[in-house]
Amino acid sequence: MNLLTVKSVAKSYGGVVANHNVSLTVPQGKIVGIIGPNGSGKTTLFNSIVGHHAIDSGEIYFNDQEISSLTIPKIARLGMLRTFQQTHIYGKMSCVKNMQISSDIDANWRSIFSPFSKEVDEMADELLAFVGLYKKRFLLAGDLSFGQQKLLEFAMALMKKPKMLLLDEPTAGVNPTLINGLIDRLRQVNEEKGITLLVIEHNMRVIMNLAEHIYCLAGGTMLAEGKPDDIQNDQRVIDAYLGN
Amino acid sequence: MTTKIKLNNLIWLGLPIIVVAPLLLPGYTTLMTYIWVMIVLALTWDMLGGQTGYTSFGNITFFGVGMYVSAVIQRDMFTSGIDRFERVSEIVVSLNASEYFISLGTGALAGGVVAVILAVILGSGILGMRGHYFAICTLGLGHAAAEIASGIDYIGAGSGMVTPLYPEDALLGKEIFYFYVFFLLALVTFVVFKKIYKSQFGLALNAIRDNENKAESMGIHTTQYKVAGWSISAFFLAIAGAGVGNVIGFIDPVEIAFAGPTFGVWMIVMAILGGKGTLWGPVVGACVLYLSKEVFWTYLLGWDKVALGLMIVVIVVYFPKGIFGWVEERKQFNKRIMSQKGDSQ
Repeated sequence: MNLLTVKSVAKSYGGVVANHNVSLTVPQGKIVGIIGPNGSGKTTLFNSIVGHHAIDSGEIYFNDQEISSLTIPKIARLGMLRTFQQTHIYGKMSCVKNMQISSDIDANWRSIFSPFSKEVDEMADELLAFVGLYKKRFLLAGDLSFGQQKLLEFAMALMKKPKMLLLDEPTAGVNPTLINGLIDRLRQVNEEKGITLLVIEHNMRVIMNLAEHIYCLAGGTMLAEGKPDDIQNDQRVIDAYLGN
Repeated sequence: MTTKIKLNNLIWLGLPIIVVAPLLLPGYTTLMTYIWVMIVLALTWDMLGGQTGYTSFGNITFFGVGMYVSAVIQRDMFTSGIDRFERVSEIVVSLNASEYFISLGTGALAGGVVAVILAVILGSGILGMRGHYFAICTLGLGHAAAEIASGIDYIGAGSGMVTPLYPEDALLGKEIFYFYVFFLLALVTFVVFKKIYKSQFGLALNAIRDNENKAESMGIHTTQYKVAGWSISAFFLAIAGAGVGNVIGFIDPVEIAFAGPTFGVWMIVMAILGGKGTLWGPVVGACVLYLSKEVFWTYLLGWDKVALGLMIVVIVVYFPKGIFGWVEERKQFNKRIMSQKGDSQ
């Protein structure tokens, strides 16, 4: 079953065509990668999927529901969350608070004016330990290093118990030793929690290891798709990256 | 932790002193009443301005609306209503004690409710705007409200209206009664806001302040939270307005009800001086600003505004995050040091 289906989506900013006739499918429980040179429209595609902007044409289905006209919070509530290329965290709040607010806060309107439940606190501690930030949990998120903020953002997304995560360059700016840990955790999340992942990544070593299927965007259109090995050896992909 | 306990002890010591204060210092009752008013103004401004990071220059609108709604209800509840050809600004209503207090209570509550409705309508319209755009949009609110009020004969138009006389057969004198009313209002506002800031709702407001895009992408309907926050502020602010109208005894659209240059600006300055985005900041800021204003006015008449301006400049330069913002920063700094020590072990 396909959890996410993108059908010939197009988006242009004025005269700049950022996405043209882009289609992809992400099966339930898999890890799918998106690669492509800078400016090839990867992040635009993410923005289209999560409802950041209206798309010019095409259709997007999540869990068999058409979502291309829904707002960001509504799509997030369906169980699809994204993380950002530049970290987006709540800088002036402690890590624990960052985690708490990422739980399902207004699922129940009656509890909105009460403090967070014990379960939320426990889950926050557990996930902070999972990404290795437990010791720093009372620090302001803004005081963390860039790599740590990425880990925090990842943990925050897990607080919502999503069905699917869209990760925009999860390893960019993270130091090499942390990257290995991060890959392990992404895999663990995928296997143990059954969360489907769609990952944009520039680090070829990471994405070839992680993803089971890879799409390559170039110049706003889908250039190639296939298994990591096929993509690695695809002449068109190599040309796109080397600029020939 | 220790500072927290000390602060709480201080409060428990302070409460009984405050309760008997008007008996000990009768000459300062009105001054202290205004300090309570200022605390309510600063606290309510800070809900959106500090905790949510949405600077509003238009909160004075709710203050004035509460004042007018309450005054009209107080005037008309136990009288036959006004004659079309009467000069409204000259009507002075005398009520007996029970009529006065019932109409005051009803009026203040109704003022609060009307302000909430107004906040929801206005907020749904303009709180979708982000940051500075919202601030600019609110600039005109108070002015517009004053202009509208100046055109309605029913509330005395530009000449204003007189609130009912305080009944002579009341148990407490006017000054002492309003001292306790505003003390209670400030206390209730403080306790309610404290509970809100500790709740999930409060954290959602902070999340909007820190990164609204992130909050949205995490499924928080940010505009709804902002509107709800503004409405809560509007409710308490309108009740304060209802009381202030009665303390002054006369309502005028430009100088008193929708007084942007005084109450409207003070509430912002107080919150920022004390430390916006903190619970105690607005309280401290309100006390500091209002007391200095009175002291400067008493001892430096003519130069009082200069002195006040100088004080604000000094505080903003040396404590850019306000008095309590500075305290919070120190606390956070210590935490960071502690965690670094923890790391090296």
